[in-house]
Amino acid sequence: MPAVTETREAVEKLGQSTYKWGFETDIQMDLAPKGLNEDIVRLISARKNEPEWLLEWRLTAFRKWQSMKEPTWAKVSYPPIDYQDAHYYAAPRKKEGPKSLDEVDPELLKTYEKLGIPLHEQALLAGVELPEGETARPPVAVDAVFDSVSVVTTFRKTLEEAGVIFCPISEAVQEHPELVRKYLGSVVPVADNFYAALNSAVFTDGSFVYVPKGVRCPMELSTYFRINARNTGQFERTLIVVEDGASVSYLEGCTAPMRDENQLHAAVVELVAMEDASIKYSTVQNWYPGDSEGRGGIYNFVTKRGACRGARSKISWTQVETGSAITWKYPSCILQGDGSVGEFYSVAVTNNCQQADTGTKMIHIGRNTRSTIIAKTISAGRSDSTYRGLVRVQPKASGARNFTQCDSLLIGDECGAHTVPYIESRNMAARIEHEATTSKISEDQLFYCRQRGLSEEDAVGLIVNGFCRDVLKELPMEFAVEAQKLLQISLEGSVG
Amino acid sequence: MNAISKDMSGPLSSFAQRLNDVEGAERQAAIGALLRTGLPDRHVEAWKYTSLRPLSAQEFQAPPAQYDAAQAKSLLDNLLSQHDAVQTLPRIVFVNGRFVKDLSLLPEGMDVSFFSQKSLTVDVQASPDRDPLVALNTALVEDGAILHVAKGVDAGRMLLISLGVAGDTAISFHPRHSVVLEEGARLCLLSLSAGVGPYFHNPVTEVTVGESAKLYHTTLQTEGMQAIALATTYVQVAGHGVYNSFALGLGSLLSRHEVHARLNAPHAQLHVNGAQNLANHQVGDITSVITHAASDCISRQTVRNVLDGHARGVFQGKVLVEQVAQKTDGYQMNQALLLSENAEIDAKPELEIYADDVRCSHGATVGALDDDQLFYMRSRGVPEAQARHILIAAFLDEALSLIEDETAQEYCRAMLAIHFSAERKAA
Repeated sequence: MPAVTETREAVEKLGQSTYKWGFETDIQMDLAPKGLNEDIVRLISARKNEPEWLLEWRLTAFRKWQSMKEPTWAKVSYPPIDYQDAHYYAAPRKKEGPKSLDEVDPELLKTYEKLGIPLHEQALLAGVELPEGETARPPVAVDAVFDSVSVVTTFRKTLEEAGVIFCPISEAVQEHPELVRKYLGSVVPVADNFYAALNSAVFTDGSFVYVPKGVRCPMELSTYFRINARNTGQFERTLIVVEDGASVSYLEGCTAPMRDENQLHAAVVELVAMEDASIKYSTVQNWYPGDSEGRGGIYNFVTKRGACRGARSKISWTQVETGSAITWKYPSCILQGDGSVGEFYSVAVTNNCQQADTGTKMIHIGRNTRSTIIAKTISAGRSDSTYRGLVRVQPKASGARNFTQCDSLLIGDECGAHTVPYIESRNMAARIEHEATTSKISEDQLFYCRQRGLSEEDAVGLIVNGFCRDVLKELPMEFAVEAQKLLQISLEGSVG
Repeated sequence: MNAISKDMSGPLSSFAQRLNDVEGAERQAAIGALLRTGLPDRHVEAWKYTSLRPLSAQEFQAPPAQYDAAQAKSLLDNLLSQHDAVQTLPRIVFVNGRFVKDLSLLPEGMDVSFFSQKSLTVDVQASPDRDPLVALNTALVEDGAILHVAKGVDAGRMLLISLGVAGDTAISFHPRHSVVLEEGARLCLLSLSAGVGPYFHNPVTEVTVGESAKLYHTTLQTEGMQAIALATTYVQVAGHGVYNSFALGLGSLLSRHEVHARLNAPHAQLHVNGAQNLANHQVGDITSVITHAASDCISRQTVRNVLDGHARGVFQGKVLVEQVAQKTDGYQMNQALLLSENAEIDAKPELEIYADDVRCSHGATVGALDDDQLFYMRSRGVPEAQARHILIAAFLDEALSLIEDETAQEYCRAMLAIHFSAERKAA
């Protein structure tokens, strides 16, 4: 996303020195009343013209959620969340198809401008119809989730020609109900965990991707979320289904406005890969982490899970987590198909008072399944960062193979870095290897860089980027560049 | 008093009757702690992989005053006859949790006393409030050895032996041992345990290693195959002190070797190594929490598991580095060999680090015997069964070589060889 490729000068111009993308857009919102009950669930469903089965599905989730308890096992602490003190539905006021950028809500455009989105792309994002003859075709398709309703989806035609469906999930419910019904909740069941159940009850929108048999998706798919209205939790729902022999690469990037109150974000992402299919899911998460005293910031409680259903299928998660006050996130792979492959590459950076408890689960069910986990954790300031991962080999997963490497880097003596891997093997013909290290930036490395004229901050940036290289190289090109910048910005003020 | 038993549910009810008869403020307080938490189930993170449900299967009686003395004697002979060097060593022998003078050979050069002769005082380390098994031990403790090595004394080598002799009814015993080494003192301690019949052995051991003192502690667990043995050890090490331990687990239906070790002052050293070889339906759990509470300390842990039949091995190892513990050097390795389709290993090596200038790492591997190595040996005419045995023995032997005290090392080797030959005979 170009949204994150700004230079620091541009940031200073905005007068936001600590958090680049902290601002709030004043667009009229269509808000549901505060609180959560069956009526709200019905209201959300009604607003979205959902079929009866989906309403029932939501209600089942809601009832299950009511009987569930918030998980407490993660190494994070925060004041109790009042789930009744939030709006569960917010939609930007709709305008009928603007003909040019002049007709687009200027506040919306300002937001895009601050995000650094090029003008022609802004037009696409704002839903401006293109003049005849002009065919804009940037290499990335964007589905912008502006708060809870996807404002617009671009490049759908190109994708449609290839047979790829890429649209807001609310639209998919209307247009492809059979697909949504078949796969929704099939990887993350409604009552999977507290936050997933909450999401299932009240999710408002998200992305839906369907890649039919044998199709290699012609472009990288991208979406980015902004949490915009005050006190509206975001409950995104993403569903990606890739049929036999097909493949897709999906990018998710996030920025959010600055605010004082903590905000809850409980998304669910489900991936389904059939025989020989491959899904690459990349995330750069940079939500507002709170100020240096730990006030404000996003609570990011996300359930991400992929099912490798078919033989030789592959799911690869790559994440760069620099934002959020609290991160609770474990992108997982269920390796069902024989010979299927799961990968998890992660960089998690915490600074100031941020807390992150993140990792992955690799469940080996099929024969000859393979998984790789590379997790890099960087803690600075007074933050706490935990890698928590599970590798489970079921009795039938003969020939399963796992390699895990977790490295933690500590910057400053007030932060914490923790590694909690769970390794469970019930098959003698499986091989599991795990290694983890914790260290600080070595004086030698710093000295070497300083001696060659780098400032201490640049030197740390360089070393940190080197530390994360194994993960960053897994990111698609554009993402990799901005992720490097993000790392540096996230660690600003942590040295010296 | 009868009100207590009503509050007991799950495994705790197996001790209800005895807990009802407990007297004394300290023991009552321990029961209070027990009633608040109960014995842990698998929802408690520290017991995620080991279920105490086997404790609920039967009621555990207090050990009767009379026991089969011939049985005890033969168990002891069996332990001592395997190695010449241990036969003449000083030894303190407990049968069903009580000191037996006739079987013992009291050591010189140290102060030895017994819990049964003293009023129970609960040390700060093993607090009933933080560990239900310690609370159960505190409430029901019958006896235990109190070893005290004075400043600068080298107390040599000695055996601390526990024998369980149970008849038809299941019994439980809860010894409480204490080992204190004053500044510069030295001791090689071998803790051995063996037994027959259905019993529950729940020892709590507290170890204090003084400044520059050295304790070499080898534990060999060959409890009976109907036994449940849950041993908890608390260790604190002062500056420049060394606690070098190794635990070899071979027996028990269900066992847990749990160590809480704390490095209290700079330049203290800790080795918490171990190995277990399990088969049939055995469950063996090796759990440790190593806390670095001072700078410049070293901790090392290597654990190897060999699991056959339906056996399940559990390894939980936590290294906690507090903020003051700069220049910490911590290393932890857990390896498992699965020999059968139904064997299982669950491992959780954990690092919790709050200091930045540290070097901590851990590793874990799980796998079967290496096909290439097997092939190499078979191609040189070694029959498969023997080739497998050589590889397994070599895997464990490497761990045993970590035992610093040579006599203890040789002894463990001998006991392991006997264990293997018994296993082969059974097969």
